[in-house]
Amino acid sequence: MAQVIVTINGRRIKTEIGKTILEVAKENGIYIPTLCYEPRLKPYGACRVCLVEVEGAKGLLPACATEVTDGMEIATDTVTLYEIRRTIVELLLSDHPPNCLVCESAGSCELQDLAYRLGIEEVRFKGEQYEYKVEDFNPLIERDHSKCILCGRCVRICEEVQGIKVYDFINRGFETVVTTPFDRSLTETECEFCGQCVSTCPTGALIDRQRKFKGRIWETAKVRSICPYCGCGCQIIIHVKNGEVIGISADVECGVNEGNLCAKGRFGYNFINHQDRLKTPLIRKDGRFIEASWEEALKVVTTNLSKIKTKYGADSIAGLSSAKCTNEENYLFQKFMRAVIETNNVDHCARL
Amino acid sequence: MMGENAAPKIVVGLGSCGIAAGAREVLAAFERELKRQGVRAKLGRTGCLGLCYREVLADVITKSQGRISYGNVTPVMVPRIVEQHIINDKPVEEWIVLGDGYTTPDTDFLTRQYRIVLRNCGRIDPEAIEEYVARDGYKALQKVLAEISPEDVISIIKESGLRGRGGAGFPTGLKWEFTRKAKGDKKYIICNADEGDPGAFMDRSVLEGDPHSVLEGVLIAGYAVGAQEGFIYVRAEYPLAVKRLKVALEQAKSHGFLGNNILGTPFNFNIKIKEGAGAFVCGEETALIASIEGRRGMPRLRPPFPATSGLWGKPTCINNVETFANIAWIISNGAGKYSAIGTEKSKGTKVFALTGRIKRSGLVEVPMGITLREIIFDIGGGIKDDGKFKAVQLGGPSGGCLSADLLDIPIDYETITQTGAIMGSGGMVVADERTCMVDLAKFFLSFTQNESCGECVPCRLGTKRMLEILIRLTQGKGEEEDLYLLRNLARDVKVASLCGLGQTAPNPVLTTLEYFKEEYEAHVRERRCYAGVCTDLTVFVIKDNLCKGCGICVKHCPVEAIVGKRKEIYHIDESKCIKCGLCMEHCPFDAIYRA
Repeated sequence: MAQVIVTINGRRIKTEIGKTILEVAKENGIYIPTLCYEPRLKPYGACRVCLVEVEGAKGLLPACATEVTDGMEIATDTVTLYEIRRTIVELLLSDHPPNCLVCESAGSCELQDLAYRLGIEEVRFKGEQYEYKVEDFNPLIERDHSKCILCGRCVRICEEVQGIKVYDFINRGFETVVTTPFDRSLTETECEFCGQCVSTCPTGALIDRQRKFKGRIWETAKVRSICPYCGCGCQIIIHVKNGEVIGISADVECGVNEGNLCAKGRFGYNFINHQDRLKTPLIRKDGRFIEASWEEALKVVTTNLSKIKTKYGADSIAGLSSAKCTNEENYLFQKFMRAVIETNNVDHCARL
Repeated sequence: MMGENAAPKIVVGLGSCGIAAGAREVLAAFERELKRQGVRAKLGRTGCLGLCYREVLADVITKSQGRISYGNVTPVMVPRIVEQHIINDKPVEEWIVLGDGYTTPDTDFLTRQYRIVLRNCGRIDPEAIEEYVARDGYKALQKVLAEISPEDVISIIKESGLRGRGGAGFPTGLKWEFTRKAKGDKKYIICNADEGDPGAFMDRSVLEGDPHSVLEGVLIAGYAVGAQEGFIYVRAEYPLAVKRLKVALEQAKSHGFLGNNILGTPFNFNIKIKEGAGAFVCGEETALIASIEGRRGMPRLRPPFPATSGLWGKPTCINNVETFANIAWIISNGAGKYSAIGTEKSKGTKVFALTGRIKRSGLVEVPMGITLREIIFDIGGGIKDDGKFKAVQLGGPSGGCLSADLLDIPIDYETITQTGAIMGSGGMVVADERTCMVDLAKFFLSFTQNESCGECVPCRLGTKRMLEILIRLTQGKGEEEDLYLLRNLARDVKVASLCGLGQTAPNPVLTTLEYFKEEYEAHVRERRCYAGVCTDLTVFVIKDNLCKGCGICVKHCPVEAIVGKRKEIYHIDESKCIKCGLCMEHCPFDAIYRA
């Protein structure tokens, strides 16, 4: 990569060509506000809060979409920019319900954070607030248009990352909203309920319905882990409150999944505290399941497998492995079937 | 135009404007009358000549009198025209609008113009390619294919100084050069015919009156930039333009001007029509491209510009209808002749749609550098009902309102931009003392606010809040700080919006605040609208000394707001009055006035 030198707020910075002003600023600890920007998505440049001044440029440029060039002189914190950012955020707040008190996203809301950062105690603009009700009774994703700032992140992640394109904009001007084809419930669309839209929504317009009112973001312990569902090994962050898992998120900057999760990884955490969940092995005795230790259970398995193998031969046994296992575990399983049981009857649920 | 035999010819102006004024009925009347009186004459149609205020226009062409145009023709007038002019060879002088040897009040309307783009409008049958060819149509295409290299075509256009007539004024030759030099296996030409400004109808008239001139321009552009496919993006609300374009495409194909191996050369070019669904924002080039691609018409960030990455990511040259209509003329007449017209930085001519409170409204094509005063007063004949000029709105909802002291500025891109207005695509709306400037700004803002695509925050919400402030002002609920807020918000929306729509939407507000500040202040400080337009700020009063107690006002008041007894003095109950003004209109003693 060709090296270039740029100046941001008077500071000379050596960087590489191909990077955006926003990326260079971030790497160097210089704050530029963003709302529609998302590292997983292509630059969009619609929220206009990342506008910066570039010497010699015609007008202000969006930092998220403008690549640096050699000798570029950039200002990110002038009075003009502060005023424009303030106007934009005030405009957004003027069409946003002031119910942060009970909003699920309080504490993780990018609009709230930006309003705080800009010190907006009063909104100068007063006027109509757009009401648009959608009845979407799916169990996982709650949509609230009144909180939507139309950054398009949900629209774009669904198209660019998931390739599904469940959402798009309808109507024009002040009445523009993001919705599904024919305003249908997500259950009546191609939606896979991956919740990627929820993960990228900067406000409370899209939330995980399951965790609603279960706990504030600041009340939860964040535990980094690996998703238990398949062998992909997605990095997850488990949100725990009072020993109970109340939500799953992922870190954009960490792990193979780069912040992306599927429906199971993001929403499939109910089993953890579910009453039907098996926590110990069960052995059937006289037609009833009795709780047992792992030693006891494995003993039953080995004894019975040996018996069957002796009586009916190794090929009377087949093994079916799980996609929840890692590659290494699956390797071990087929090795066990071939070398210990001595059969080639081994398969995997992903082939079913 | 006389045809081979010397039979008289009657040509009726059948543009949308003419048809709306009753041209089809006039044409039918001529047909009936010729039959009834047993006269042999040809009947033809043409597009709009530009004299909208005189529609329906009908031309009678005879060997002895040449071409004579009648204006405001109605079916009732037809028998006399046929009898007197065609049979007896004596034109009906009092109905003549234009004609050799006749000086009429309308002569100025055309003589002060310089018609390049409109050279054939109102002169040829737009659905007959032969008539276009007879006026040197497709000669320029033949010339470039036979003897000019694509690079040289671009040089000629660059030399001519032609700038994009869609409004922004980017040098056309340069745009072509960028597209030619851009790398790509396929390139496209797009003709932007998504004319959306309220009060603008330049492109419609050209498409309806002379579609081949646009096709020829597109073909030459295709040859110059190395494209093989073109799109004409025309709004579906222009059904006649769409129809005539379709006819023109078929005719051009059958005459070998369009398709494969055009005129026997290796040049292949095809044109498709894409009908737009009427979103104003689709006039913005990236939104237009999105719309052709089948996506929602929303702009995207530039760069990359369409010249490098346009339609389906391929290099795309996108120009306006009027720009394309200039091309063939420039090739045929030379860059030098074109650049001799106009000012230092703005060459050639510009078409304007002259409307509003003006005597002669219509379509005019003038050389760059002409002053607003010349257009409005010399060509347009001044203000309707001899009223007083107040303002002219240039460039539609993206443009600005200029006051009387700016009437002598020359029309060129830079000068107009300096005033806070824009050249725009050519809308020119004239306002008189009966126009409230706050109300006018409100009108344009409500348009842009509705047409905002909703993508970026300043445009979507900024225009909405600006409109709400303007509504408050016109209702007499505005406060001093609203003016301050309005100005600041307008400035922020202008600099922070993503595309041209948002960046120019505040112009009507900013220019009226600049040039008509006192009107805004009167709405706030005095709660008055001097133009009497804002009904909430208007009160109707009966003058005691003039009222005769006749009771006519009582009869006309639709809401029984006038109280009193006959032969005594009447009074208006303000709580009931709906400010319709009917009482004032009907008072025989001028005893009622607007306060």
